[in-house]
Amino acid sequence: MPVRIQTDDFDLSTEIAALRAGRAGVGAVVSFVGTVRDINQGTGVSSLTLEHYPGMTDKSLEDIVAQATSRWQLDQVLVIHRVGPLQPLDQIVLVAVTSAHRGEAFEACEFVMDWLKTRAPFWKKEATPQGERWVDARESDDAAAARWGRPE
Amino acid sequence: MKVLVLYFASLRETLGLAREALDLPDSVTTAAELRAHLCARGGIWAKALAEGAAVRVAIDQSVALPATRLHEGAEVAFFPPVTGG
Repeated sequence: MPVRIQTDDFDLSTEIAALRAGRAGVGAVVSFVGTVRDINQGTGVSSLTLEHYPGMTDKSLEDIVAQATSRWQLDQVLVIHRVGPLQPLDQIVLVAVTSAHRGEAFEACEFVMDWLKTRAPFWKKEATPQGERWVDARESDDAAAARWGRPE
Repeated sequence: MKVLVLYFASLRETLGLAREALDLPDSVTTAAELRAHLCARGGIWAKALAEGAAVRVAIDQSVALPATRLHEGAEVAFFPPVTGG
């Protein structure tokens, strides 16, 4: 499955090995791993909880992967996103893309992350010394997603 | 028209409700009309779902526009802008 939503952690090497297995036409592997910071907007973060919309989140990620594969010549795309309670240093998200050449893989990986951040229904809640707070959406993320244009 | 309405994240906490089954009056036929219908409950509903509030709507798990039409048995979700990744 190109899309997985799970509470468990993931191992980058294992996932990349599985994506590449037997795919001798692949010449490029680009991956992005997002991790939990211990500080956000100047405030310490002691833990994070990720909520999602079961069903719609899967569908949304599958749509984003389909967009990427229609825009670039790719071999495989994998998206893993964790939900539930997480701690600083934990891995949150993996996007891995394989293709014959690096240009396609670099662009597609960035595209999937930019769209994931602005379209896939996930919400972060942080625990800070001042109590819990829901993370606000960032305009810089909207700008990053907008440069890829509209859905095709 | 009967619909299932879901609320997520900060909106769910503010409203103190994760889901509800509603039987809508005939005058409510679109996403925007449903939002206004819920706002009319007043209090926290009027504030959380006010026209200027950053609220997204999905119908049957696809992003909806204000004019998107509802249908019998629709699953309608209200949620704040997303913050994953």
